[in-house]
Amino acid sequence: MAINWFKYSAPSTFYGLAGKLTPWFAWPAAVLFAVGLYIGFFVAPTDAVQSEAYRIIFIHVPASILSMFLYLIMAGYAALGLIFKTRLSSMMASALAPTGALFAFISLWTGALWGKPMWGAWWVWDARLTSELILLFLYLGFIALQASIEDPRRADKASALLAIVGSVNVPIIYYSVQWWNTLHQGSTIKMTGTSMHVAMQQSMFTVLVACWLYAIAVGLSRVRSIILEREANTQWVKELPEVKQ
Amino acid sequence: MTSRLSVFGLLGLVIKRDLLLAMRRRADVLTTLIFFVMVVSLFPLGVGPEPDMLRKMAGGVLWVAALLSSMLSLPRMFSADHIDGTLEQMMLAPQSLTVMVLGKIVAHWMLSGLPLVLIAPVLGLQFDMSAEAIWVLMLALLLGTPVLSMIGAVGAALTLGLRGGGVLVSLLVLPLTIPVLIFGAGAVEAVSGGMDAASNLSLLGAFLLFALVFSPFVASQALRISME
Repeated sequence: MAINWFKYSAPSTFYGLAGKLTPWFAWPAAVLFAVGLYIGFFVAPTDAVQSEAYRIIFIHVPASILSMFLYLIMAGYAALGLIFKTRLSSMMASALAPTGALFAFISLWTGALWGKPMWGAWWVWDARLTSELILLFLYLGFIALQASIEDPRRADKASALLAIVGSVNVPIIYYSVQWWNTLHQGSTIKMTGTSMHVAMQQSMFTVLVACWLYAIAVGLSRVRSIILEREANTQWVKELPEVKQ
Repeated sequence: MTSRLSVFGLLGLVIKRDLLLAMRRRADVLTTLIFFVMVVSLFPLGVGPEPDMLRKMAGGVLWVAALLSSMLSLPRMFSADHIDGTLEQMMLAPQSLTVMVLGKIVAHWMLSGLPLVLIAPVLGLQFDMSAEAIWVLMLALLLGTPVLSMIGAVGAALTLGLRGGGVLVSLLVLPLTIPVLIFGAGAVEAVSGGMDAASNLSLLGAFLLFALVFSPFVASQALRISME
Protein backbone atom coordinates (compact mmCIF):
# COMPACT_ATOMS: atom_id res chain seq x y z
CA MET A 1 0.00 0.00 0.00
CA ALA A 2 1.45 3.27 -1.04
CA ILE A 3 1.30 6.12 1.42
CA ASN A 4 0.48 9.50 -0.02
CA TRP A 5 2.99 11.69 1.80
CA PHE A 6 1.53 14.84 0.36
CA LYS A 7 -2.07 14.17 1.37
CA TYR A 8 -2.06 16.91 3.98
CA SER A 9 -0.28 19.47 1.86
CA ALA A 10 -3.62 20.35 0.27
CA PRO A 11 -5.52 23.02 2.18
CA SER A 12 -8.77 21.04 1.90
CA THR A 13 -7.40 18.00 3.76
CA PHE A 14 -5.21 19.99 6.15
CA TYR A 15 -8.17 22.07 7.28
CA GLY A 16 -9.78 19.05 8.95
CA LEU A 17 -6.48 17.76 10.36
CA ALA A 18 -5.61 21.17 11.83
CA GLY A 19 -9.05 21.32 13.44
CA LYS A 20 -8.54 17.92 15.07
CA LEU A 21 -4.97 18.71 16.22
CA THR A 22 -5.59 22.15 17.72
CA PRO A 23 -7.09 20.97 21.05
CA TRP A 24 -4.26 18.44 21.47
CA PHE A 25 -1.81 21.34 21.54
CA ALA A 26 -3.99 23.96 23.21
CA TRP A 27 -4.90 22.01 26.37
CA PRO A 28 -1.38 20.77 27.19
CA ALA A 29 -0.19 24.35 26.60
CA ALA A 30 -2.67 25.68 29.16
CA VAL A 31 -1.76 22.99 31.71
CA LEU A 32 1.98 23.43 31.27
CA PHE A 33 1.68 27.22 31.54
CA ALA A 34 -0.11 26.77 34.85
CA VAL A 35 2.40 24.21 36.14
CA GLY A 36 5.47 26.11 34.89
CA LEU A 37 4.35 29.41 36.35
CA TYR A 38 3.37 27.77 39.64
CA ILE A 39 6.86 26.33 39.98
CA GLY A 40 8.36 29.64 38.91
CA PHE A 41 6.39 31.80 41.32
CA PHE A 42 5.96 29.56 44.36
CA VAL A 43 8.52 26.75 44.34
CA ALA A 44 11.68 28.30 42.90
CA PRO A 45 13.87 29.93 45.57
CA THR A 46 14.50 33.65 45.76
CA ASP A 47 17.57 34.70 43.82
CA ALA A 48 20.53 35.76 45.92
CA VAL A 49 21.37 38.81 43.82
CA GLN A 50 18.19 39.77 42.04
CA SER A 51 15.66 38.86 44.82
CA GLU A 52 12.05 38.33 43.71
CA ALA A 53 12.15 40.45 40.58
CA TYR A 54 14.10 37.82 38.67
CA ARG A 55 10.98 35.67 38.42
CA ILE A 56 9.92 37.45 35.28
CA ILE A 57 12.55 35.47 33.37
CA PHE A 58 10.18 32.52 33.43
CA ILE A 59 8.14 34.40 30.86
CA HIS A 60 10.86 36.60 29.38
CA VAL A 61 13.31 33.89 28.30
CA PRO A 62 10.79 31.51 26.66
CA ALA A 63 9.15 34.43 24.84
CA SER A 64 12.52 35.64 23.49
CA ILE A 65 13.51 32.15 22.35
CA LEU A 66 10.16 31.65 20.63
CA SER A 67 10.25 35.03 18.92
CA MET A 68 13.58 34.17 17.29
CA PHE A 69 12.71 30.57 16.36
CA LEU A 70 9.34 31.55 14.95
CA TYR A 71 10.99 34.01 12.58
CA LEU A 72 13.20 31.26 11.20
CA ILE A 73 10.28 28.81 10.95
CA MET A 74 8.17 31.48 9.28
CA ALA A 75 10.94 32.25 6.80
CA GLY A 76 11.37 28.52 6.19
CA TYR A 77 7.69 28.04 5.40
CA ALA A 78 7.71 31.15 3.24
CA ALA A 79 10.74 29.85 1.32
CA LEU A 80 9.04 26.48 0.79
CA GLY A 81 6.01 28.29 -0.55
CA LEU A 82 8.16 30.40 -2.85
CA ILE A 83 10.27 27.54 -4.18
CA PHE A 84 7.75 24.69 -4.48
CA LYS A 85 4.69 26.91 -4.94
CA THR A 86 2.86 25.08 -2.16
CA ARG A 87 0.00 27.28 -1.07
CA LEU A 88 -0.27 25.80 2.39
CA SER A 89 3.35 26.67 3.32
CA SER A 90 2.74 30.33 2.51
CA MET A 91 -0.44 30.23 4.56
CA MET A 92 1.50 28.76 7.50
CA ALA A 93 4.06 31.58 7.18
CA SER A 94 1.39 34.24 7.39
CA ALA A 95 -0.33 32.38 10.23
CA LEU A 96 2.87 32.36 12.32
CA ALA A 97 3.84 36.01 11.79
CA PRO A 98 1.41 37.59 14.33
CA THR A 99 2.37 35.03 16.99
CA GLY A 100 6.05 35.75 16.45
CA ALA A 101 5.43 39.47 16.67
CA LEU A 102 3.45 38.91 19.87
CA PHE A 103 6.31 36.97 21.46
CA ALA A 104 8.81 39.65 20.42
CA PHE A 105 6.57 42.26 22.01
CA ILE A 106 6.13 40.22 25.22
CA SER A 107 9.88 39.72 25.37
CA LEU A 108 10.51 43.48 25.08
CA TRP A 109 7.76 44.29 27.57
CA THR A 110 8.90 41.84 30.22
CA GLY A 111 12.50 42.89 29.53
CA ALA A 112 11.54 46.47 30.34
CA LEU A 113 9.80 45.38 33.55
CA TRP A 114 12.89 43.42 34.52
CA GLY A 115 15.29 46.15 33.53
CA LYS A 116 13.74 48.73 35.84
CA PRO A 117 14.64 47.00 39.14
CA MET A 118 17.89 45.46 37.79
CA TRP A 119 19.49 48.24 35.80
CA GLY A 120 17.40 51.12 37.11
CA ALA A 121 16.00 51.95 33.67
CA TRP A 122 13.03 50.78 31.65
CA TRP A 123 15.06 50.71 28.51
CA VAL A 124 18.77 50.57 27.85
CA TRP A 125 20.33 50.46 24.40
CA ASP A 126 21.96 47.16 24.95
CA ALA A 127 22.64 44.66 22.20
CA ARG A 128 19.97 42.07 22.91
CA LEU A 129 17.19 44.56 23.59
CA THR A 130 18.01 46.42 20.43
CA SER A 131 18.16 43.32 18.24
CA GLU A 132 14.87 42.10 19.70
CA LEU A 133 13.35 45.46 18.81
CA ILE A 134 14.69 45.15 15.27
CA LEU A 135 13.24 41.63 15.10
CA LEU A 136 9.86 43.10 16.02
CA PHE A 137 10.31 45.64 13.19
CA LEU A 138 11.05 42.79 10.76
CA TYR A 139 7.87 40.99 11.82
CA LEU A 140 5.85 44.17 11.41
CA GLY A 141 7.34 44.75 7.95
CA PHE A 142 6.36 41.22 6.90
CA ILE A 143 2.81 41.68 8.18
CA ALA A 144 2.51 45.17 6.63
CA LEU A 145 3.72 44.01 3.22
CA GLN A 146 1.33 41.09 3.24
CA ALA A 147 -1.55 43.32 4.30
CA SER A 148 -0.97 45.90 1.59
CA ILE A 149 -0.98 43.54 -1.40
CA GLU A 150 -4.45 42.58 -2.58
CA ASP A 151 -3.57 39.54 -4.65
CA PRO A 152 -2.80 36.72 -2.18
CA ARG A 153 -0.37 34.95 -4.50
CA ARG A 154 1.73 38.05 -5.01
CA ALA A 155 1.45 38.84 -1.29
CA ASP A 156 2.79 35.38 -0.43
CA LYS A 157 5.70 35.57 -2.82
CA ALA A 158 6.68 39.14 -1.99
CA SER A 159 6.57 38.58 1.75
CA ALA A 160 8.45 35.30 1.33
CA LEU A 161 11.28 37.11 -0.40
CA LEU A 162 11.27 39.73 2.35
CA ALA A 163 11.38 37.02 5.03
CA ILE A 164 14.34 35.34 3.33
CA VAL A 165 16.24 38.62 2.97
CA GLY A 166 15.38 39.33 6.61
CA SER A 167 16.66 35.99 7.86
CA VAL A 168 19.95 36.44 5.99
CA ASN A 169 20.21 39.80 7.70
CA VAL A 170 19.33 38.65 11.20
CA PRO A 171 22.83 37.38 12.09
CA ILE A 172 24.45 40.47 10.55
CA ILE A 173 22.15 42.74 12.54
CA TYR A 174 22.69 40.68 15.68
CA TYR A 175 26.48 40.91 15.55
CA SER A 176 26.45 44.56 14.50
CA VAL A 177 24.40 45.46 17.50
CA GLN A 178 26.55 43.21 19.67
CA TRP A 179 29.76 44.98 18.72
CA TRP A 180 28.05 48.31 18.99
CA ASN A 181 27.24 47.95 22.66
CA THR A 182 26.72 45.30 25.24
CA LEU A 183 25.38 45.44 28.75
CA HIS A 184 23.08 42.44 28.91
CA GLN A 185 24.01 39.63 31.26
CA GLY A 186 25.35 36.58 29.45
CA SER A 187 23.38 33.39 28.97
CA THR A 188 22.94 31.43 32.16
CA ILE A 189 21.96 28.24 30.39
CA LYS A 190 24.98 26.77 28.71
CA MET A 191 25.57 23.50 26.96
CA THR A 192 28.11 22.54 29.61
CA GLY A 193 26.11 22.61 32.81
CA THR A 194 24.32 25.59 34.25
CA SER A 195 24.49 27.86 37.24
CA MET A 196 20.74 27.78 37.82
CA HIS A 197 18.76 26.17 40.58
CA VAL A 198 16.88 23.01 39.50
CA ALA A 199 13.41 24.45 40.20
CA MET A 200 14.23 27.51 38.10
CA GLN A 201 15.29 25.31 35.21
CA GLN A 202 12.17 23.18 35.53
CA SER A 203 9.94 26.21 35.49
CA MET A 204 11.69 27.81 32.53
CA PHE A 205 11.64 24.66 30.42
CA THR A 206 8.01 23.93 31.28
CA VAL A 207 6.98 27.42 30.21
CA LEU A 208 9.14 27.10 27.10
CA VAL A 209 7.35 23.88 26.10
CA ALA A 210 4.03 25.55 26.88
CA CYS A 211 4.95 28.47 24.61
CA TRP A 212 5.85 26.07 21.79
CA LEU A 213 2.55 24.23 22.15
CA TYR A 214 0.68 27.52 22.31
CA ALA A 215 2.41 28.76 19.15
CA ILE A 216 1.53 25.54 17.31
CA ALA A 217 -2.10 25.62 18.50
CA VAL A 218 -2.56 29.26 17.55
CA GLY A 219 -0.77 28.75 14.23
CA LEU A 220 -3.03 25.83 13.35
CA SER A 221 -6.22 27.60 14.26
CA ARG A 222 -5.14 30.75 12.41
CA VAL A 223 -4.19 28.79 9.31
CA ARG A 224 -7.72 27.33 9.36
CA SER A 225 -9.17 30.84 9.15
CA ILE A 226 -6.77 31.73 6.36
CA ILE A 227 -7.73 28.59 4.42
CA LEU A 228 -11.42 29.41 4.78
CA GLU A 229 -10.82 33.00 3.68
CA ARG A 230 -8.80 32.08 0.59
CA GLU A 231 -10.81 29.05 -0.47
CA ALA A 232 -14.17 30.69 0.22
CA ASN A 233 -15.35 30.11 -3.35
CA THR A 234 -14.55 26.42 -3.56
CA GLN A 235 -17.00 23.57 -3.37
CA TRP A 236 -15.45 21.79 -0.39
CA VAL A 237 -15.69 24.89 1.78
CA LYS A 238 -19.35 25.33 0.87
CA GLU A 239 -19.99 21.72 1.90
CA LEU A 240 -18.40 22.08 5.34
CA PRO A 241 -21.01 21.62 8.10
CA GLU A 242 -19.84 24.76 9.95
CA VAL A 243 -20.19 26.85 6.79
CA LYS A 244 -23.51 25.39 5.66
CA GLN A 245 -25.57 26.34 8.67
CA MET B 1 22.71 44.43 -33.13
CA THR B 2 21.62 44.28 -29.49
CA SER B 3 22.46 40.60 -29.28
CA ARG B 4 26.16 41.42 -29.30
CA LEU B 5 25.80 43.79 -26.37
CA SER B 6 28.29 42.88 -23.64
CA VAL B 7 27.38 42.88 -19.94
CA PHE B 8 29.25 46.11 -19.32
CA GLY B 9 27.77 47.64 -22.45
CA LEU B 10 24.31 46.87 -21.15
CA LEU B 11 25.19 48.18 -17.71
CA GLY B 12 26.51 51.42 -19.21
CA LEU B 13 23.46 51.79 -21.38
CA VAL B 14 21.02 51.48 -18.48
CA ILE B 15 23.04 53.89 -16.32
CA LYS B 16 23.29 56.42 -19.15
CA ARG B 17 19.58 56.22 -19.85
CA ASP B 18 18.57 56.69 -16.21
CA LEU B 19 20.97 59.60 -15.75
CA LEU B 20 19.67 61.23 -18.91
CA LEU B 21 16.08 60.86 -17.76
CA ALA B 22 17.00 62.33 -14.38
CA MET B 23 18.76 65.29 -16.03
CA ARG B 24 15.54 66.06 -17.86
CA ARG B 25 13.86 66.43 -14.48
CA ARG B 26 16.53 67.87 -12.24
CA ALA B 27 14.07 68.90 -9.51
CA ASP B 28 13.77 65.28 -8.32
CA VAL B 29 17.49 65.00 -7.68
CA LEU B 30 17.63 68.34 -5.91
CA THR B 31 14.69 67.53 -3.63
CA THR B 32 16.55 64.63 -2.07
CA LEU B 33 19.63 66.77 -1.52
CA ILE B 34 17.66 69.65 -0.03
CA PHE B 35 15.82 67.24 2.24
CA PHE B 36 19.17 65.92 3.49
CA VAL B 37 20.50 69.39 4.21
CA MET B 38 17.26 70.38 5.92
CA VAL B 39 17.04 67.36 8.21
CA VAL B 40 20.66 67.82 9.28
CA SER B 41 20.06 71.53 9.93
CA LEU B 42 17.03 70.77 12.09
CA PHE B 43 19.07 68.91 14.70
CA PRO B 44 20.97 71.88 16.14
CA LEU B 45 17.65 73.73 16.32
CA GLY B 46 16.15 70.85 18.22
CA VAL B 47 18.91 69.99 20.65
CA GLY B 48 20.69 73.32 21.09
CA PRO B 49 23.80 74.91 19.58
CA GLU B 50 26.54 73.78 22.02
CA PRO B 51 29.54 72.89 19.79
CA ASP B 52 30.71 70.08 22.07
CA MET B 53 27.44 68.23 21.82
CA LEU B 54 27.09 68.90 18.10
CA ARG B 55 30.59 67.58 17.38
CA LYS B 56 29.74 64.44 19.32
CA MET B 57 26.52 63.69 17.48
CA ALA B 58 27.52 64.89 14.01
CA GLY B 59 28.33 61.45 12.60
CA GLY B 60 25.08 59.92 13.77
CA VAL B 61 22.95 62.84 12.64
CA LEU B 62 24.45 62.88 9.14
CA TRP B 63 24.04 59.13 8.80
CA VAL B 64 20.43 59.07 9.95
CA ALA B 65 19.66 61.95 7.59
CA ALA B 66 21.37 60.10 4.73
CA LEU B 67 19.31 57.01 5.52
CA LEU B 68 16.05 58.99 5.50
CA SER B 69 16.80 60.88 2.30
CA SER B 70 17.80 57.72 0.48
CA MET B 71 14.42 56.24 1.54
CA LEU B 72 12.73 59.30 0.10
CA SER B 73 13.98 58.65 -3.41
CA LEU B 74 13.49 54.87 -3.39
CA PRO B 75 9.92 54.66 -4.72
CA ARG B 76 11.13 56.49 -7.83
CA MET B 77 13.65 53.80 -8.72
CA PHE B 78 11.24 51.63 -10.70
CA SER B 79 7.89 53.43 -10.64
CA ALA B 80 8.26 55.60 -13.77
CA ASP B 81 9.42 52.62 -15.83
CA HIS B 82 6.60 50.57 -14.39
CA ILE B 83 3.94 53.11 -15.33
CA ASP B 84 5.04 53.64 -18.95
CA GLY B 85 5.67 49.95 -19.58
CA THR B 86 9.45 50.15 -19.99
CA LEU B 87 9.96 47.73 -17.15
CA GLU B 88 7.89 45.09 -18.88
CA GLN B 89 9.99 45.48 -22.02
CA MET B 90 13.17 45.13 -19.93
CA MET B 91 11.87 41.84 -18.54
CA LEU B 92 11.00 40.55 -21.98
CA ALA B 93 14.43 41.48 -23.33
CA PRO B 94 16.88 38.60 -23.83
CA GLN B 95 19.52 40.42 -21.76
CA SER B 96 19.97 39.74 -18.05
CA LEU B 97 17.46 41.54 -15.87
CA THR B 98 19.91 41.35 -12.97
CA VAL B 99 22.45 43.45 -14.87
CA MET B 100 19.78 45.97 -15.81
CA VAL B 101 18.68 46.21 -12.18
CA LEU B 102 22.31 46.72 -11.17
CA GLY B 103 22.48 49.54 -13.70
CA LYS B 104 19.40 51.15 -12.22
CA ILE B 105 20.86 50.79 -8.72
CA VAL B 106 24.12 52.45 -9.79
CA ALA B 107 22.22 55.27 -11.46
CA HIS B 108 20.03 55.69 -8.39
CA TRP B 109 23.12 55.91 -6.19
CA MET B 110 24.76 58.47 -8.48
CA LEU B 111 21.63 60.60 -8.22
CA SER B 112 20.76 60.19 -4.55
CA GLY B 113 23.85 58.87 -2.74
CA LEU B 114 26.77 60.59 -4.42
CA PRO B 115 25.36 64.12 -3.93
CA LEU B 116 25.06 63.39 -0.21
CA VAL B 117 28.70 62.31 -0.07
CA LEU B 118 29.74 65.51 -1.79
CA ILE B 119 27.69 67.87 0.36
CA ALA B 120 28.54 66.10 3.64
CA PRO B 121 31.79 68.08 4.30
CA VAL B 122 29.87 71.36 4.26
CA LEU B 123 27.40 70.02 6.79
CA GLY B 124 30.29 68.57 8.78
CA LEU B 125 31.71 72.07 9.12
CA GLN B 126 28.36 73.25 10.47
CA PHE B 127 28.77 70.69 13.22
CA ASP B 128 32.36 71.77 13.90
CA MET B 129 33.87 68.42 12.92
CA SER B 130 37.62 68.05 12.60
CA ALA B 131 39.12 67.71 9.12
CA GLU B 132 40.08 64.10 9.76
CA ALA B 133 36.57 63.21 10.92
CA ILE B 134 35.13 64.80 7.79
CA TRP B 135 37.38 62.69 5.58
CA VAL B 136 36.35 59.51 7.35
CA LEU B 137 32.70 60.59 7.16
CA MET B 138 32.98 61.03 3.40
CA LEU B 139 34.74 57.70 2.99
CA ALA B 140 32.14 55.94 5.14
CA LEU B 141 29.30 57.54 3.17
CA LEU B 142 31.01 56.59 -0.06
CA LEU B 143 31.08 52.94 1.04
CA GLY B 144 27.73 52.93 2.82
CA THR B 145 25.31 54.82 0.58
CA PRO B 146 25.55 52.30 -2.30
CA VAL B 147 24.49 49.61 0.19
CA LEU B 148 21.44 51.71 1.03
CA SER B 149 20.55 51.92 -2.66
CA MET B 150 21.03 48.17 -3.07
CA ILE B 151 18.94 47.06 -0.08
CA GLY B 152 16.46 49.75 -1.02
CA ALA B 153 16.13 48.36 -4.55
CA VAL B 154 14.76 45.11 -3.11
CA GLY B 155 12.20 47.03 -1.07
CA ALA B 156 11.29 49.27 -3.99
CA ALA B 157 10.80 46.25 -6.25
CA LEU B 158 8.61 44.45 -3.71
CA THR B 159 6.34 47.44 -3.15
CA LEU B 160 6.06 48.39 -6.81
CA GLY B 161 2.66 49.83 -7.63
CA LEU B 162 1.20 49.41 -4.15
CA ARG B 163 -0.93 51.92 -2.32
CA GLY B 164 1.15 53.88 0.18
CA GLY B 165 4.29 52.27 -1.25
CA GLY B 166 6.46 55.16 -0.07
CA VAL B 167 5.85 54.62 3.63
CA LEU B 168 5.80 50.85 3.26
CA VAL B 169 9.21 50.75 1.60
CA SER B 170 10.76 52.63 4.52
CA LEU B 171 9.12 50.21 6.94
CA LEU B 172 10.62 47.24 5.10
CA VAL B 173 14.05 48.65 4.33
CA LEU B 174 15.03 50.71 7.38
CA PRO B 175 15.48 47.75 9.78
CA LEU B 176 17.74 46.05 7.24
CA THR B 177 19.99 49.11 6.94
CA ILE B 178 20.78 49.26 10.66
CA PRO B 179 24.22 47.56 10.34
CA VAL B 180 25.26 50.22 7.80
CA LEU B 181 24.15 52.96 10.17
CA ILE B 182 26.00 51.39 13.10
CA PHE B 183 29.35 51.06 11.36
CA GLY B 184 29.01 54.24 9.31
CA ALA B 185 28.40 56.36 12.37
CA GLY B 186 30.86 54.19 14.29
CA ALA B 187 33.68 55.07 11.90
CA VAL B 188 33.18 58.78 12.49
CA GLU B 189 32.89 58.29 16.22
CA ALA B 190 36.07 56.20 16.31
CA VAL B 191 38.07 58.95 14.64
CA SER B 192 36.61 61.65 16.88
CA GLY B 193 37.50 59.48 19.87
CA GLY B 194 41.12 59.21 18.71
CA MET B 195 40.85 55.62 17.50
CA ASP B 196 41.35 53.97 14.15
CA ALA B 197 38.31 53.79 11.86
CA ALA B 198 39.78 51.00 9.73
CA SER B 199 37.68 48.18 11.23
CA ASN B 200 34.43 50.06 10.75
CA LEU B 201 35.36 50.98 7.18
CA SER B 202 36.38 47.40 6.41
CA LEU B 203 33.03 46.12 7.60
CA LEU B 204 31.25 48.73 5.47
CA GLY B 205 33.30 47.53 2.52
CA ALA B 206 32.30 43.95 3.31
CA PHE B 207 28.62 44.94 3.37
CA LEU B 208 29.11 46.67 0.03
CA LEU B 209 30.57 43.55 -1.60
CA PHE B 210 27.97 41.28 -0.03
CA ALA B 211 25.13 43.49 -1.22
CA LEU B 212 26.70 43.88 -4.65
CA VAL B 213 26.67 40.11 -5.14
CA PHE B 214 23.16 39.38 -3.91
CA SER B 215 20.94 42.44 -4.10
CA PRO B 216 20.67 42.89 -7.92
CA PHE B 217 19.58 39.27 -8.26
CA VAL B 218 17.13 39.43 -5.34
CA ALA B 219 15.72 42.74 -6.59
CA SER B 220 15.20 41.31 -10.08
CA GLN B 221 13.36 38.33 -8.55
CA ALA B 222 11.26 40.78 -6.56
CA LEU B 223 10.45 42.66 -9.78
CA ARG B 224 9.32 39.44 -11.41
CA ILE B 225 7.03 38.72 -8.45
CA SER B 226 5.58 42.23 -8.60
CA MET B 227 5.03 42.23 -12.35
CA GLU B 228 3.30 38.85 -12.68
